[in-house]
Amino acid sequence: MLHRRTVSAIAKRISLKVNSHEHTVVTDPYTPLLFVLNDELGLRGPRYGCGMAQCGACTVIIDGRAVRSCVMSVDAVGAAEITTLEGLGTPEAPHPLQQAFIEEGAAQCGFCLSGVILTAKALLDGNPKASDEEIRDALGGILCRCFTHLRMIRAIRKYAEAKKA
Amino acid sequence: MIQTRRDFLKASGALIVSFSAASLMPLPLNGQGPFATHPSHIDPNKLDSWLAVAADGTVTAYTGKCDFGQGIYTAQTQLVAEELGIDISRVKLAQCDTDITPDQGTTSGSQSTPTNFNTQNLALAAATAREALLSMAAAKLAEPVANLTLANGVITAKSGRRTTYAELLAGKHFDLPLNFAAKRKPVAHWTTLGRPVPSLDRIALMTGRFEFVQNVRIDGMLHGRVVRPPEMGATIAAVDEHSVNDVGGIVKIVVRNNFVGVVAETQYQAIKAARQLSIRWNPGPELPAQKDFFAYLRRQPSHDSLSVDSGDVDSQLRSASTVLRATYTYPYQMHGSLGPSCAVADVKSDRATVWSATQSVYPTRSILSKILDLPLDNVRVIFVRGSGCYGLNGADAASFDAAILSHAVGRPVRLQFSRQDEMMWENFGAACVIEQRAALGADKHIVVWDREDWVTSLGSRPGYDRPGNVVSGMLLGYEPEPLQPGPAKPPKGEFRNRSNIVPSYFAGCVGNACGGTGSIRSGRALTHTVRSLFFTGPLRSPLRIQNTFANECFMDELCAHAKADPVAFRIQHLRDPRLIAVVKAAADAAKWEARPSPHPGTVRDRVANGRSIACVDYEGGNGYAALVAHVEINLATGVVRPKRFFLAMDCGPVSNPDGLKNQCEGGILQAVSRSLVEQVTWDNKRVTSVDWETYKSLYLDYDMPTIECVFVAQDGVPALGAGETSITVTPAAIGNAIFDATGARLRTVPFTPERVLNALHSANEAAVTRPS
Repeated sequence: MLHRRTVSAIAKRISLKVNSHEHTVVTDPYTPLLFVLNDELGLRGPRYGCGMAQCGACTVIIDGRAVRSCVMSVDAVGAAEITTLEGLGTPEAPHPLQQAFIEEGAAQCGFCLSGVILTAKALLDGNPKASDEEIRDALGGILCRCFTHLRMIRAIRKYAEAKKA
Repeated sequence: MIQTRRDFLKASGALIVSFSAASLMPLPLNGQGPFATHPSHIDPNKLDSWLAVAADGTVTAYTGKCDFGQGIYTAQTQLVAEELGIDISRVKLAQCDTDITPDQGTTSGSQSTPTNFNTQNLALAAATAREALLSMAAAKLAEPVANLTLANGVITAKSGRRTTYAELLAGKHFDLPLNFAAKRKPVAHWTTLGRPVPSLDRIALMTGRFEFVQNVRIDGMLHGRVVRPPEMGATIAAVDEHSVNDVGGIVKIVVRNNFVGVVAETQYQAIKAARQLSIRWNPGPELPAQKDFFAYLRRQPSHDSLSVDSGDVDSQLRSASTVLRATYTYPYQMHGSLGPSCAVADVKSDRATVWSATQSVYPTRSILSKILDLPLDNVRVIFVRGSGCYGLNGADAASFDAAILSHAVGRPVRLQFSRQDEMMWENFGAACVIEQRAALGADKHIVVWDREDWVTSLGSRPGYDRPGNVVSGMLLGYEPEPLQPGPAKPPKGEFRNRSNIVPSYFAGCVGNACGGTGSIRSGRALTHTVRSLFFTGPLRSPLRIQNTFANECFMDELCAHAKADPVAFRIQHLRDPRLIAVVKAAADAAKWEARPSPHPGTVRDRVANGRSIACVDYEGGNGYAALVAHVEINLATGVVRPKRFFLAMDCGPVSNPDGLKNQCEGGILQAVSRSLVEQVTWDNKRVTSVDWETYKSLYLDYDMPTIECVFVAQDGVPALGAGETSITVTPAAIGNAIFDATGARLRTVPFTPERVLNALHSANEAAVTRPS
């Protein structure tokens, strides 16, 4: 019989800086950051895919690094700034990387996009001259089950080339 | 968030005509594609059921075919804009909502394009509307229709007088029946259809604004999780509700028959409660060992059917000088949606609303009415896109579960499956064994082909009355569709090849009528349907991919035995001009070098190269494709690397070439993953591939092959399906290329390095028998 004790704690007041806005939530500090972003802040970009950091759908950028928000407790974020897919750009003014994805039509269902776009963004911010191989390596933990691989890689390269120029 | 037909019209000040259940009238059953539809309160024969023109001239179209990422939203918008001669920005599409859209059954089976883009349904409605508006304009402007020109919703007469859709209709309904004589715009006059219009959802998707069903939030909404049995057949002995006493926020533990769910204030509390809830289960039966499964399958009682039988197969095989035999196997595979299924239900004492990613809003409404014991008209199912489904993933089960939980607590509930809930209990793509026997004549032509397969089946789409076809229904106590073992009856009626059981090279004769695409007259195809260990259901190219793998690889074996070129040998045995045309087009695109296989060429660094072809007439008349594959095989490691694909496809007139290309590429690459790494695994008790460590899928770092697509255009033919054609030919093309490079024949999917090495190191040619 499966019988696992789970961790639980008294609700705590936690401040978060998300997409340049300050938020305060009162929640179990062990709550995965993903659920706070989705349920408390109403953000749609990071999505629940596996809860085990195996697929990347929940990716956000924290302090310049692509992070799996499904396995990070909300309490562990501290004062660091969180950026979600909707914090990168707006429909009216998409980020150049988002614009490259728009131009290449690099999606089918689109559920995986936070992982793909934000992982590439974090990589290219840290290593603007990343080679094709380095780009692919960085995407090693990201799944797209519609298999839009070719268009996504093309969009990322397009952005990377423009950034280099 | 909830739209009503009234809202659209109110917003434009239009006359409100009730679409409520009060206007229910008996309707004739209206066949749409393969799925019989049931009457709804929205009459598919009325123009107003499909289209509304608002006072500002914008058009709202109501469709029962919805978008999961395959691009049908954009294509349908183009269709309506094209027929009405307006810009796509003036068209809004309302998709799959049982209160406002016509019942078009299920969005599946490559049927949306054939159904809505030819001369019926949405296309006919749009053509009817254009002709009706032109007639109104002719009356108003006092000139014949022939003197009118139409551009962007403005109709101009020769006299120069003009009017608009908005003026003509003045916010009123058409109040007209569909006109079956209404003419579609000819393809040659298209200005919006046939163009690579970028997908209309792309900006919302790329900027994180798109609303998936996982994002639906309702006031007062609670969070639910299910607790599934540890294995198939397990039943509840005891549930210890006290085991979760220390988890805060629990609203209710819901137990109904063998269904268990928890409802809590937050997602995290629901997860904790679901993990911690102590349940004693009576175990289910032992499972047969996976390594012996295909032998086990052949020993089971089966429901048998014959797709074709020329009657002379046994005698032809007896008299043949050489008979080739080979057995192919295909594993259970998963839809494996990236986002586990989710649904939001708001069940009140007298009515229910469910936001669902189902492909089947009307059938789902019918099942919900049954399990909630509510009148059909008091249940509303609203489609909201989920993670890509590729067929019957967990969306229907999640919708039923959400409704059960909401019903139990009397508040809206969002039900989210865990990764394991989704992967252990979805309706898998069927496992099968396919045995092939064939003989070549003295002229190296195939004279007889005998084919026998064993295919697993348990449940499937619930349809309108079978909740037990998916896990939720079974746990509530409903039975899946029964399987009646029995012998095959002789085939009769028209030859059909919906599941691509019959190789394309068969003449397909039933009586004197031959409906097949090939020339082989002596043929038999016998199918044994066997009860599956796990739920099964349609997974992109259901049975078509399995059958085409076995048929196109065996064709390659016959070709190799005849020492013939694979393209020429196929064309020699085909008589359908469209299928021949795509085979030639793919070969041309790939600059095909005619020669027999295998042809182990230069091996560099122990890497061998092969090239191959495979083709299909999808579902017997629903799209033609041929695929050339260039593949590398590392002889030391057994790793297979597809490098280049050349696809030629004929699906009739193309609505959106960019959308079609996206589907063709996605289909091929999904099949690369399915061919190389994907398979469901189990131990003696339960499914063990329950996450992305245990169910392999190719990640984004996989160096994907390049793909070149050629769309072969034919004049004057209907639009066909296109979302499942390219995936269907890919496993066979890869398998054939491995053979070309190495002489090793892979007859089991997936082509793992271990299997490739085994094939390389053993003589595994087709068994050849000669009568003594």
